[in-house]
Amino acid sequence: MLELFSFPFFQRALIGGVLIGFMAPLLGVFVVLRRLSLIGDTLAHVSIAGVALGFLLQMYPLSFGIVFALIGALAIEKLRRTYRSYAELSIAIIMAGGIALASVLFTWGRGFNMNVHSFLFGSILTLSTVDVWIIALVTVIVTGMIFLMLKELFVVTFDEDAAHVNGLPVNRLNLMLTVLTALVVSAAIKIVGALLVSALLTIPVACSLVVAKSFRQTVVFSILVGELAVVGGLFLSGMWNLAPGGTIVLLLIALLLLSLMAKYVFRF
Amino acid sequence: MHCHDEVVALENVSFSYGRNKVIENLSFTVLQRDFIGLIGSNGAGKTTLLKMIVGLKKPDQGHIRLFGVPISQFKDWDLIGYVPQARQWNPLFPATVKEIVLSGLYGKKKLFKRVNRSDLQKCMDALAALGIEDLADRMIGQLSGGQQQRVFLARALINNPKLLILDEPMVGVDVETQENFFRLIRHMHQRHDITFLMVSHDVDMMLSYLGDEPTYISGKLKFYVKHSHALPNCEETDLTHSLRQYHQQEKQHEPEKQLQPH
Repeated sequence: MLELFSFPFFQRALIGGVLIGFMAPLLGVFVVLRRLSLIGDTLAHVSIAGVALGFLLQMYPLSFGIVFALIGALAIEKLRRTYRSYAELSIAIIMAGGIALASVLFTWGRGFNMNVHSFLFGSILTLSTVDVWIIALVTVIVTGMIFLMLKELFVVTFDEDAAHVNGLPVNRLNLMLTVLTALVVSAAIKIVGALLVSALLTIPVACSLVVAKSFRQTVVFSILVGELAVVGGLFLSGMWNLAPGGTIVLLLIALLLLSLMAKYVFRF
Repeated sequence: MHCHDEVVALENVSFSYGRNKVIENLSFTVLQRDFIGLIGSNGAGKTTLLKMIVGLKKPDQGHIRLFGVPISQFKDWDLIGYVPQARQWNPLFPATVKEIVLSGLYGKKKLFKRVNRSDLQKCMDALAALGIEDLADRMIGQLSGGQQQRVFLARALINNPKLLILDEPMVGVDVETQENFFRLIRHMHQRHDITFLMVSHDVDMMLSYLGDEPTYISGKLKFYVKHSHALPNCEETDLTHSLRQYHQQEKQHEPEKQLQPH
């Protein structure tokens, strides 16, 4: 097992995985508590439309993925304000748009199928050095912003009206969360793939909600579960030659089942 | 006169949802230490009015001033405590009582600053003032309705606000808890420099304190006003100190004693 460490591709995968395993659940806490669990899925699908365009233009696909996810995120935020109290409607609309655009672009540029597959299901073992640097940059931005505004994001997430009355810039905070989500999702696509991206945002939080006894604990446990699943999943997939993205997500679901059972057995 | 400073001023305020005019040409002034009870049927615009006053909704016409400042330029939001309608938040939200009460402090002035020891002290004081300090580390979802309402009142009180706005704070809470809660509010009004603006369905309880005659009627909205002329008879201006006294006396089964005017 230890010889895995000697492969540069595995080292890159591990670094990228640890970074994503930290920032995705951290952001996921706010995404889940704002009842926007499916936003990850939506932005992922918009993002692969961007990736497809990147392939068509033969330019760095991840950068197009990030730009598309940002545009999608802004559109969701705009629609969310138009259809207040139907947060999931805006998500459904943008998701449909993203998939439609991606499918048109994919069939337009047949012959790119191999690469498309890697963005749909993830290909953490093919992370390039540039990919790792971009993921590192996104991690610094996302975690930096969240920890800087943790108190304010807590208020906005718990009680948006109270945040207004406290005099906080609620719209800008919401916008910030949406933009950060777009960044995390497009960076995570390379790791677990567009189809599984929202698992990294939501399942660690789902585990954490079962056991946590405060907001602080919710954040800490979510990150721990995320890291455990990403690092554990990478090793398991490396040892048994399994698909890394799928292994990580299956491990997340196993952890969720374990925490639910633990709660049932120990009744804490 | 010092005790008659203007706290909230509404001038010709109108608001409509689509074609449905809810509030029309409303002008009203809330003075310092007033207790305003706002009563009206469903759809009378009670919540809408409160939301306009705290800046959550913009009036279609008219002007609103808070503490003499036009609302668009108003910055001192820590002067205002707001207790929203019960159950508008997610009851399974993973937060402790302490985390929620502290969040009352997180306004513009606290941006980019850490929570320090004096903040924690303010939080514990607010909890003690409402007699729920033993709940500090409990999750909000595990509390009873009455306890939750005290938590939200504590969150509103942590800044020592000058204006307290309560939107049906007692919906879904049993009668005994309602009475205790209202007694607590009355005590705060009689003893402290706080102005109250409260919407309630419980007409009897409100009228028993505010009198039977509305001071002002606009559309379906009725304003009942009780002005507390007497200066605060507490030596201590710090709210939490004297409320703690109040709770000690409550615990000694002398609930009425605090309410008699001196």
